[in-house]
Amino acid sequence: MTQSPPKSQGSVHAPHLYPPYTSSVRRAPHERLIPLPAALEGLHGPVFGAGRLRPDDHDTTRNARVNGEPLGERIIVRGRLLDGSGRPIRGALIETWQANAAGRYVHGRDEHDAPLDPNFTGTARMLTGGNGEYELISIRPGAYPWGNHPNAWRPAHIHFSVFGTNFTQRLVSQMYFPGDPLLAHDPIYQGIPDEKGRQRLISRFDLNLTRPGWALGYRFDIVLGGGAQTPFEEPGHDE
Amino acid sequence: MTSEPRAPLSPQDSNIPEGAFGPTPSQTVGPYFHQGLVDFQGLTGLLGDRTVEPGSDVPGERITLTGRVLDGDGRPVEDALIELWQADAGGTYARSADAPFPGYSRTHTRTPGHSYRVHTVKPGSAGPGLAPRLNVWLGMRGLLTHLLTAVYFSDEDNSADPLLALVPGERRHTLIARREDTPDGAVYRFDIRLQGEDETVFFAP
Repeated sequence: MTQSPPKSQGSVHAPHLYPPYTSSVRRAPHERLIPLPAALEGLHGPVFGAGRLRPDDHDTTRNARVNGEPLGERIIVRGRLLDGSGRPIRGALIETWQANAAGRYVHGRDEHDAPLDPNFTGTARMLTGGNGEYELISIRPGAYPWGNHPNAWRPAHIHFSVFGTNFTQRLVSQMYFPGDPLLAHDPIYQGIPDEKGRQRLISRFDLNLTRPGWALGYRFDIVLGGGAQTPFEEPGHDE
Repeated sequence: MTSEPRAPLSPQDSNIPEGAFGPTPSQTVGPYFHQGLVDFQGLTGLLGDRTVEPGSDVPGERITLTGRVLDGDGRPVEDALIELWQADAGGTYARSADAPFPGYSRTHTRTPGHSYRVHTVKPGSAGPGLAPRLNVWLGMRGLLTHLLTAVYFSDEDNSADPLLALVPGERRHTLIARREDTPDGAVYRFDIRLQGEDETVFFAP
Protein backbone atom coordinates (compact mmCIF):
# COMPACT_ATOMS: atom_id res chain seq x y z
CA MET A 1 0.00 0.00 0.00
CA THR A 2 2.98 2.29 -0.40
CA GLN A 3 1.90 3.75 -3.71
CA SER A 4 -1.02 4.10 -6.04
CA PRO A 5 -2.26 0.92 -7.70
CA PRO A 6 -0.20 -0.19 -10.68
CA LYS A 7 -1.38 0.44 -14.19
CA SER A 8 -2.77 -2.56 -15.95
CA GLN A 9 -1.47 -3.68 -19.34
CA GLY A 10 -3.15 -0.81 -21.09
CA SER A 11 -6.80 -0.13 -20.76
CA VAL A 12 -7.95 -3.14 -22.80
CA HIS A 13 -7.35 -5.44 -19.85
CA ALA A 14 -8.69 -5.02 -16.35
CA PRO A 15 -6.44 -3.53 -13.67
CA HIS A 16 -5.13 -6.04 -11.21
CA LEU A 17 -6.61 -4.20 -8.26
CA TYR A 18 -10.36 -3.84 -8.75
CA PRO A 19 -11.95 -3.69 -5.29
CA PRO A 20 -15.51 -4.55 -6.41
CA TYR A 21 -14.01 -7.95 -7.25
CA THR A 22 -13.11 -8.70 -3.65
CA SER A 23 -10.57 -11.46 -4.30
CA SER A 24 -8.38 -8.95 -6.12
CA VAL A 25 -7.74 -6.90 -2.97
CA ARG A 26 -5.25 -9.30 -1.38
CA ARG A 27 -3.95 -10.76 -4.63
CA ALA A 28 -3.22 -7.78 -6.88
CA PRO A 29 0.43 -6.72 -6.90
CA HIS A 30 1.10 -3.21 -5.65
CA GLU A 31 4.33 -2.49 -7.45
CA ARG A 32 4.41 -1.31 -11.03
CA LEU A 33 4.94 -3.93 -13.70
CA ILE A 34 8.23 -3.79 -15.58
CA PRO A 35 7.78 -3.80 -19.37
CA LEU A 36 9.34 -6.81 -21.11
CA PRO A 37 11.86 -5.76 -23.75
CA ALA A 38 10.72 -6.53 -27.29
CA ALA A 39 14.03 -8.17 -28.15
CA LEU A 40 13.95 -10.60 -25.25
CA GLU A 41 15.00 -14.06 -26.33
CA GLY A 42 12.47 -16.85 -26.08
CA LEU A 43 9.12 -15.13 -26.07
CA HIS A 44 7.63 -17.02 -28.99
CA GLY A 45 5.47 -19.90 -27.81
CA PRO A 46 5.12 -23.55 -28.75
CA VAL A 47 2.87 -24.74 -31.55
CA PHE A 48 0.61 -27.65 -30.70
CA GLY A 49 0.03 -30.58 -33.01
CA ALA A 50 -3.23 -32.37 -33.71
CA GLY A 51 -1.84 -35.67 -32.47
CA ARG A 52 -2.71 -35.01 -28.85
CA LEU A 53 -6.39 -34.31 -29.46
CA ARG A 54 -9.18 -36.86 -29.82
CA PRO A 55 -12.04 -36.55 -32.30
CA ASP A 56 -14.73 -35.46 -29.81
CA ASP A 57 -12.55 -33.22 -27.68
CA HIS A 58 -14.29 -30.13 -29.11
CA ASP A 59 -17.80 -31.44 -28.38
CA THR A 60 -18.95 -31.48 -24.75
CA THR A 61 -22.29 -32.99 -25.79
CA ARG A 62 -20.41 -36.19 -26.67
CA ASN A 63 -17.03 -36.28 -24.97
CA ALA A 64 -18.20 -37.14 -21.45
CA ARG A 65 -21.30 -39.23 -22.07
CA VAL A 66 -21.99 -42.09 -19.69
CA ASN A 67 -25.55 -43.16 -20.39
CA GLY A 68 -27.22 -40.50 -22.49
CA GLU A 69 -27.43 -36.94 -23.76
CA PRO A 70 -26.33 -34.10 -21.51
CA LEU A 71 -29.18 -31.87 -20.34
CA GLY A 72 -29.69 -28.35 -21.58
CA GLU A 73 -29.78 -26.18 -24.65
CA ARG A 74 -27.23 -27.34 -27.23
CA ILE A 75 -25.11 -24.59 -28.73
CA ILE A 76 -22.55 -24.27 -31.51
CA VAL A 77 -19.89 -21.63 -30.95
CA ARG A 78 -17.85 -20.76 -34.00
CA GLY A 79 -15.26 -18.06 -34.29
CA ARG A 80 -11.85 -17.05 -35.53
CA LEU A 81 -8.61 -16.54 -33.69
CA LEU A 82 -6.92 -13.39 -35.02
CA ASP A 83 -3.83 -11.41 -34.19
CA GLY A 84 -3.88 -7.72 -33.45
CA SER A 85 -3.71 -6.94 -37.16
CA GLY A 86 -6.69 -9.12 -37.98
CA ARG A 87 -4.67 -11.98 -39.47
CA PRO A 88 -5.76 -15.53 -38.68
CA ILE A 89 -3.70 -17.57 -36.22
CA ARG A 90 -3.61 -21.17 -37.40
CA GLY A 91 -2.95 -24.35 -35.49
CA ALA A 92 -3.41 -22.67 -32.14
CA LEU A 93 -4.67 -24.55 -29.11
CA ILE A 94 -7.95 -23.43 -27.52
CA GLU A 95 -9.20 -25.04 -24.30
CA THR A 96 -12.61 -24.33 -22.78
CA TRP A 97 -14.40 -25.18 -19.53
CA GLN A 98 -17.77 -24.20 -18.15
CA ALA A 99 -20.66 -24.97 -15.79
CA ASN A 100 -23.45 -27.30 -16.87
CA ALA A 101 -26.97 -26.16 -17.79
CA ALA A 102 -27.88 -25.90 -14.11
CA GLY A 103 -24.88 -23.69 -13.28
CA ARG A 104 -22.69 -26.33 -11.62
CA TYR A 105 -19.04 -27.16 -12.30
CA VAL A 106 -17.54 -30.62 -12.06
CA HIS A 107 -15.18 -29.45 -9.34
CA GLY A 108 -14.81 -30.36 -5.69
CA ARG A 109 -14.77 -26.73 -4.65
CA ASP A 110 -18.10 -25.87 -6.30
CA GLU A 111 -20.61 -25.71 -3.44
CA HIS A 112 -23.62 -24.57 -5.47
CA ASP A 113 -26.39 -27.10 -4.80
CA ALA A 114 -27.53 -27.30 -8.43
CA PRO A 115 -27.42 -30.84 -9.84
CA LEU A 116 -24.45 -32.34 -11.62
CA ASP A 117 -25.06 -33.85 -15.05
CA PRO A 118 -23.69 -37.40 -15.30
CA ASN A 119 -23.12 -36.97 -19.03
CA PHE A 120 -21.34 -33.64 -18.98
CA THR A 121 -18.04 -32.29 -17.72
CA GLY A 122 -18.02 -29.12 -19.81
CA THR A 123 -14.42 -29.34 -20.94
CA ALA A 124 -13.29 -29.11 -24.55
CA ARG A 125 -10.19 -28.45 -26.59
CA MET A 126 -9.52 -27.79 -30.24
CA LEU A 127 -7.00 -26.40 -32.70
CA THR A 128 -7.72 -23.50 -35.03
CA GLY A 129 -7.94 -24.35 -38.70
CA GLY A 130 -6.58 -22.82 -41.87
CA ASN A 131 -8.40 -19.52 -41.53
CA GLY A 132 -8.03 -19.35 -37.78
CA GLU A 133 -11.50 -20.80 -37.29
CA TYR A 134 -12.59 -23.07 -34.47
CA GLU A 135 -15.86 -24.78 -33.58
CA LEU A 136 -17.04 -25.68 -30.10
CA ILE A 137 -20.17 -27.76 -29.60
CA SER A 138 -21.56 -27.55 -26.10
CA ILE A 139 -24.45 -26.86 -23.77
CA ARG A 140 -25.44 -23.34 -22.78
CA PRO A 141 -24.13 -22.94 -19.21
CA GLY A 142 -26.37 -21.75 -16.41
CA ALA A 143 -25.81 -18.73 -14.17
CA TYR A 144 -24.68 -19.50 -10.64
CA PRO A 145 -24.42 -17.68 -7.31
CA TRP A 146 -21.10 -16.77 -5.74
CA GLY A 147 -19.98 -15.04 -2.58
CA ASN A 148 -18.56 -11.79 -3.88
CA HIS A 149 -21.37 -9.48 -2.74
CA PRO A 150 -25.01 -9.78 -1.67
CA ASN A 151 -27.06 -11.65 -4.27
CA ALA A 152 -24.08 -12.05 -6.58
CA TRP A 153 -24.67 -14.34 -9.58
CA ARG A 154 -22.20 -14.90 -12.39
CA PRO A 155 -23.61 -14.33 -15.87
CA ALA A 156 -23.61 -17.46 -18.02
CA HIS A 157 -20.11 -17.84 -19.46
CA ILE A 158 -17.62 -20.19 -21.06
CA HIS A 159 -13.95 -19.95 -20.07
CA PHE A 160 -11.56 -19.80 -23.03
CA SER A 161 -7.83 -20.49 -22.75
CA VAL A 162 -5.89 -19.58 -25.89
CA PHE A 163 -2.29 -19.94 -27.02
CA GLY A 164 -1.14 -17.49 -29.67
CA THR A 165 2.23 -17.41 -31.37
CA ASN A 166 3.94 -15.64 -28.50
CA PHE A 167 4.27 -16.47 -24.81
CA THR A 168 3.08 -12.97 -23.98
CA GLN A 169 -0.10 -13.53 -26.03
CA ARG A 170 -1.22 -16.32 -23.73
CA LEU A 171 -4.82 -15.41 -22.89
CA VAL A 172 -7.53 -16.72 -20.61
CA SER A 173 -10.87 -15.02 -21.05
CA GLN A 174 -14.60 -15.67 -20.83
CA MET A 175 -17.32 -15.67 -23.46
CA TYR A 176 -20.71 -14.26 -22.45
CA PHE A 177 -24.14 -14.38 -24.05
CA PRO A 178 -25.98 -11.41 -25.58
CA GLY A 179 -28.69 -9.74 -23.54
CA ASP A 180 -27.70 -11.26 -20.20
CA PRO A 181 -29.06 -8.94 -17.48
CA LEU A 182 -26.41 -10.13 -15.02
CA LEU A 183 -23.59 -8.53 -17.02
CA ALA A 184 -24.47 -5.10 -15.63
CA HIS A 185 -23.91 -6.42 -12.09
CA ASP A 186 -20.86 -8.60 -12.60
CA PRO A 187 -17.54 -7.19 -11.30
CA ILE A 188 -15.52 -9.69 -13.32
CA TYR A 189 -17.04 -8.40 -16.55
CA GLN A 190 -17.25 -4.77 -15.40
CA GLY A 191 -13.61 -4.79 -14.32
CA ILE A 192 -12.67 -4.26 -17.96
CA PRO A 193 -12.31 -0.49 -18.26
CA ASP A 194 -12.92 -0.16 -22.00
CA GLU A 195 -16.53 -0.45 -23.19
CA LYS A 196 -15.47 -1.76 -26.60
CA GLY A 197 -13.33 -4.35 -24.87
CA ARG A 198 -16.33 -5.49 -22.85
CA GLN A 199 -18.40 -5.73 -26.05
CA ARG A 200 -15.83 -8.09 -27.56
CA LEU A 201 -16.51 -10.63 -24.81
CA ILE A 202 -20.16 -10.98 -25.79
CA SER A 203 -20.91 -13.61 -28.37
CA ARG A 204 -23.32 -12.87 -31.20
CA PHE A 205 -26.40 -15.01 -31.73
CA ASP A 206 -26.38 -16.27 -35.33
CA LEU A 207 -29.49 -17.99 -36.62
CA ASN A 208 -27.58 -19.04 -39.74
CA LEU A 209 -25.22 -21.03 -37.58
CA THR A 210 -27.96 -23.01 -35.90
CA ARG A 211 -28.27 -26.68 -36.75
CA PRO A 212 -31.94 -27.23 -37.62
CA GLY A 213 -33.83 -28.99 -34.89
CA TRP A 214 -30.69 -29.51 -32.86
CA ALA A 215 -28.63 -26.53 -31.64
CA LEU A 216 -28.45 -22.74 -31.55
CA GLY A 217 -25.45 -20.88 -32.97
CA TYR A 218 -23.19 -18.17 -31.58
CA ARG A 219 -20.21 -16.32 -33.06
CA PHE A 220 -17.20 -15.55 -30.91
CA ASP A 221 -14.06 -14.15 -32.53
CA ILE A 222 -10.98 -13.84 -30.33
CA VAL A 223 -8.24 -11.28 -30.95
CA LEU A 224 -4.85 -11.77 -29.32
CA GLY A 225 -3.21 -8.47 -28.57
CA GLY A 226 0.39 -7.62 -28.82
CA GLY A 227 3.06 -9.24 -26.82
CA ALA A 228 6.46 -7.64 -26.66
CA GLN A 229 7.25 -8.75 -30.21
CA THR A 230 3.96 -7.87 -31.86
CA PRO A 231 2.87 -4.56 -30.42
CA PHE A 232 -0.75 -3.70 -30.94
CA GLU A 233 -1.49 -0.05 -31.45
CA GLU A 234 -4.81 1.24 -30.29
CA PRO A 235 -4.66 5.03 -30.45
CA GLY A 236 -6.77 6.79 -27.88
CA HIS A 237 -7.01 3.83 -25.56
CA ASP A 238 -3.78 4.23 -23.66
CA GLU A 239 -5.49 6.22 -20.89
CA MET B 1 2.17 -14.60 -42.73
CA THR B 2 2.70 -10.88 -42.51
CA SER B 3 1.72 -10.36 -46.15
CA GLU B 4 -1.78 -11.73 -45.69
CA PRO B 5 -4.68 -9.34 -45.82
CA ARG B 6 -6.57 -8.61 -42.68
CA ALA B 7 -9.43 -11.05 -42.22
CA PRO B 8 -12.72 -9.38 -43.01
CA LEU B 9 -14.93 -8.86 -39.99
CA SER B 10 -18.49 -8.07 -40.87
CA PRO B 11 -21.54 -7.57 -38.67
CA GLN B 12 -22.97 -10.64 -40.40
CA ASP B 13 -20.36 -13.05 -39.17
CA SER B 14 -18.54 -11.52 -36.24
CA ASN B 15 -19.45 -10.72 -32.66
CA ILE B 16 -16.99 -7.82 -32.69
CA PRO B 17 -18.92 -4.64 -33.47
CA GLU B 18 -17.79 -2.49 -36.35
CA GLY B 19 -15.21 0.01 -35.12
CA ALA B 20 -14.55 -2.04 -31.99
CA PHE B 21 -11.75 -4.26 -33.29
CA GLY B 22 -9.03 -4.79 -30.73
CA PRO B 23 -7.63 -7.37 -28.33
CA THR B 24 -9.99 -9.63 -26.45
CA PRO B 25 -9.70 -8.65 -22.79
CA SER B 26 -8.38 -11.03 -20.19
CA GLN B 27 -10.67 -12.55 -17.55
CA THR B 28 -9.89 -14.53 -14.45
CA VAL B 29 -9.26 -18.27 -14.66
CA GLY B 30 -11.55 -18.50 -11.61
CA PRO B 31 -11.40 -21.23 -8.99
CA TYR B 32 -12.49 -24.09 -11.26
CA PHE B 33 -9.83 -24.15 -14.00
CA HIS B 34 -8.66 -27.63 -13.04
CA GLN B 35 -11.74 -29.01 -14.74
CA GLY B 36 -10.59 -27.84 -18.17
CA LEU B 37 -6.87 -27.26 -17.90
CA VAL B 38 -5.57 -29.87 -15.47
CA ASP B 39 -7.98 -32.83 -15.30
CA PHE B 40 -9.36 -33.15 -18.80
CA GLN B 41 -12.28 -35.62 -18.55
CA GLY B 42 -10.46 -37.24 -15.67
CA LEU B 43 -7.35 -37.71 -17.81
CA THR B 44 -4.11 -35.85 -17.50
CA GLY B 45 -4.39 -32.55 -19.26
CA LEU B 46 -2.60 -31.69 -22.45
CA LEU B 47 0.09 -29.96 -20.46
CA GLY B 48 1.35 -31.69 -17.35
CA ASP B 49 3.62 -30.75 -14.47
CA ARG B 50 6.57 -32.53 -16.02
CA THR B 51 8.40 -31.62 -19.21
CA VAL B 52 10.38 -34.87 -19.42
CA GLU B 53 9.39 -38.40 -18.52
CA PRO B 54 11.56 -40.46 -16.20
CA GLY B 55 14.13 -42.31 -18.29
CA SER B 56 13.95 -39.84 -21.15
CA ASP B 57 17.26 -39.24 -22.93
CA VAL B 58 16.63 -35.51 -23.33
CA PRO B 59 19.90 -33.87 -22.24
CA GLY B 60 20.18 -31.75 -19.14
CA GLU B 61 20.08 -31.79 -15.38
CA ARG B 62 16.73 -32.86 -13.93
CA ILE B 63 15.41 -30.32 -11.49
CA THR B 64 12.28 -29.75 -9.46
CA LEU B 65 10.90 -26.26 -9.05
CA THR B 66 8.57 -25.86 -6.11
CA GLY B 67 7.11 -23.17 -3.92
CA ARG B 68 4.00 -21.39 -2.82
CA VAL B 69 2.05 -18.37 -3.99
CA LEU B 70 1.42 -16.00 -1.08
CA ASP B 71 -1.27 -13.32 -0.89
CA GLY B 72 -1.13 -9.95 0.86
CA ASP B 73 -1.80 -11.57 4.23
CA GLY B 74 1.02 -14.06 3.71
CA ARG B 75 -1.46 -16.88 3.24
CA PRO B 76 -0.83 -19.47 0.56
CA VAL B 77 -3.09 -19.16 -2.47
CA GLU B 78 -4.79 -22.51 -2.88
CA ASP B 79 -6.06 -22.05 -6.43
CA ALA B 80 -3.24 -20.63 -8.55
CA LEU B 81 -2.42 -21.83 -12.07
CA ILE B 82 1.23 -21.67 -13.10
CA GLU B 83 2.65 -22.27 -16.56
CA LEU B 84 6.34 -22.44 -17.37
CA TRP B 85 8.01 -21.79 -20.71
CA GLN B 86 11.70 -22.40 -21.07
CA ALA B 87 14.66 -23.28 -23.24
CA ASP B 88 16.26 -26.72 -23.18
CA ALA B 89 19.63 -27.43 -21.56
CA GLY B 90 21.38 -26.10 -24.66
CA GLY B 91 19.52 -22.79 -24.50
CA THR B 92 17.17 -23.47 -27.42
CA TYR B 93 13.44 -22.86 -27.22
CA ALA B 94 11.25 -25.42 -29.00
CA ARG B 95 8.93 -24.25 -31.76
CA SER B 96 6.70 -27.29 -31.59
CA ALA B 97 4.96 -28.83 -28.62
CA ASP B 98 5.80 -32.17 -30.25
CA ALA B 99 9.54 -31.56 -29.96
CA PRO B 100 11.44 -34.01 -27.72
CA PHE B 101 11.64 -31.22 -25.16
CA PRO B 102 8.71 -28.83 -25.73
CA GLY B 103 9.62 -26.70 -22.72
CA TYR B 104 6.02 -25.93 -21.74
CA SER B 105 4.41 -27.20 -18.56
CA ARG B 106 1.48 -26.45 -16.31
CA THR B 107 1.09 -26.83 -12.57
CA HIS B 108 -1.12 -25.52 -9.78
CA THR B 109 -1.39 -25.08 -6.02
CA ARG B 110 -4.43 -27.23 -5.27
CA THR B 111 -2.18 -29.60 -3.37
CA PRO B 112 -1.38 -30.50 0.24
CA GLY B 113 0.44 -27.46 1.61
CA HIS B 114 -0.73 -25.46 -1.42
CA SER B 115 2.70 -25.86 -3.04
CA TYR B 116 3.15 -26.07 -6.77
CA ARG B 117 5.73 -28.46 -8.14
CA VAL B 118 7.11 -29.00 -11.62
CA HIS B 119 9.70 -31.50 -12.83
CA THR B 120 11.82 -30.27 -15.68
CA VAL B 121 15.30 -29.80 -17.12
CA LYS B 122 17.45 -26.91 -16.06
CA PRO B 123 17.52 -24.49 -18.99
CA GLY B 124 20.74 -23.29 -20.57
CA SER B 125 21.69 -19.76 -21.51
CA ALA B 126 19.78 -18.67 -24.62
CA GLY B 127 22.45 -16.21 -25.76
CA PRO B 128 25.52 -14.20 -24.79
CA GLY B 129 25.02 -12.60 -21.39
CA LEU B 130 21.62 -14.20 -20.90
CA ALA B 131 21.30 -16.07 -17.65
CA PRO B 132 19.24 -19.26 -17.73
CA ARG B 133 15.61 -18.54 -16.82
CA LEU B 134 12.12 -19.92 -16.70
CA ASN B 135 9.28 -17.73 -18.00
CA VAL B 136 6.22 -17.91 -15.76
CA TRP B 137 2.54 -17.25 -16.48
CA LEU B 138 0.40 -16.95 -13.37
CA GLY B 139 -3.39 -16.92 -13.14
CA MET B 140 -5.84 -17.32 -10.26
CA ARG B 141 -9.18 -16.29 -8.83
CA GLY B 142 -8.78 -12.60 -8.04
CA LEU B 143 -6.61 -11.82 -11.04
CA LEU B 144 -8.73 -10.45 -13.88
CA THR B 145 -5.51 -10.10 -15.84
CA HIS B 146 -2.83 -12.76 -15.41
CA LEU B 147 0.75 -12.01 -14.34
CA LEU B 148 4.13 -12.72 -15.94
CA THR B 149 7.34 -13.26 -14.06
CA ALA B 150 10.67 -15.05 -14.46
CA VAL B 151 12.72 -17.48 -12.41
CA TYR B 152 16.53 -17.34 -12.28
CA PHE B 153 18.83 -19.76 -10.48
CA SER B 154 20.90 -19.09 -7.37
CA ASP B 155 23.85 -21.14 -8.65
CA GLU B 156 24.22 -19.26 -11.94
CA ASP B 157 25.97 -16.02 -12.82
CA ASN B 158 23.07 -13.62 -13.25
CA SER B 159 25.16 -10.45 -13.27
CA ALA B 160 24.96 -9.65 -17.00
CA ASP B 161 21.37 -10.61 -17.70
CA PRO B 162 19.58 -7.79 -19.55
CA LEU B 163 16.14 -8.57 -18.14
CA LEU B 164 17.36 -8.65 -14.55
CA ALA B 165 19.19 -5.40 -15.25
CA LEU B 166 15.80 -3.72 -15.70
CA VAL B 167 14.81 -4.73 -12.19
CA PRO B 168 15.79 -2.44 -9.30
CA GLY B 169 18.71 -4.02 -7.45
CA GLU B 170 16.87 -4.39 -4.18
CA ARG B 171 14.11 -6.43 -5.86
CA ARG B 172 16.18 -8.82 -8.00
CA HIS B 173 16.32 -11.44 -5.28
CA THR B 174 12.58 -12.00 -5.69
CA LEU B 175 13.31 -13.60 -9.07
CA ILE B 176 16.01 -16.02 -7.95
CA ALA B 177 15.18 -19.59 -6.99
CA ARG B 178 17.24 -21.08 -4.18
CA ARG B 179 18.97 -24.37 -4.92
CA GLU B 180 18.90 -27.28 -2.51
CA ASP B 181 20.63 -30.54 -3.31
CA THR B 182 18.54 -33.43 -2.01
CA PRO B 183 18.77 -37.22 -2.30
CA ASP B 184 16.12 -36.90 -5.03
CA GLY B 185 18.12 -34.36 -7.00
CA ALA B 186 18.25 -30.60 -7.29
CA VAL B 187 15.26 -28.76 -5.90
CA TYR B 188 14.81 -25.05 -6.49
CA ARG B 189 12.49 -23.19 -4.15
CA PHE B 190 10.64 -20.21 -5.51
CA ASP B 191 7.79 -18.55 -3.64
CA ILE B 192 5.74 -15.95 -5.44
CA ARG B 193 4.62 -13.04 -3.24
CA LEU B 194 1.73 -11.07 -4.65
CA GLN B 195 1.97 -8.15 -2.24
CA GLY B 196 3.97 -6.74 0.64
CA GLU B 197 7.61 -6.92 1.56
CA ASP B 198 9.55 -8.86 -1.06
CA GLU B 199 6.69 -8.63 -3.55
CA THR B 200 7.77 -10.63 -6.59
CA VAL B 201 8.67 -8.62 -9.65
CA PHE B 202 6.09 -8.96 -12.41
CA PHE B 203 6.48 -7.96 -16.03
CA ALA B 204 4.12 -6.38 -18.54
CA PRO B 205 4.08 -7.75 -22.09
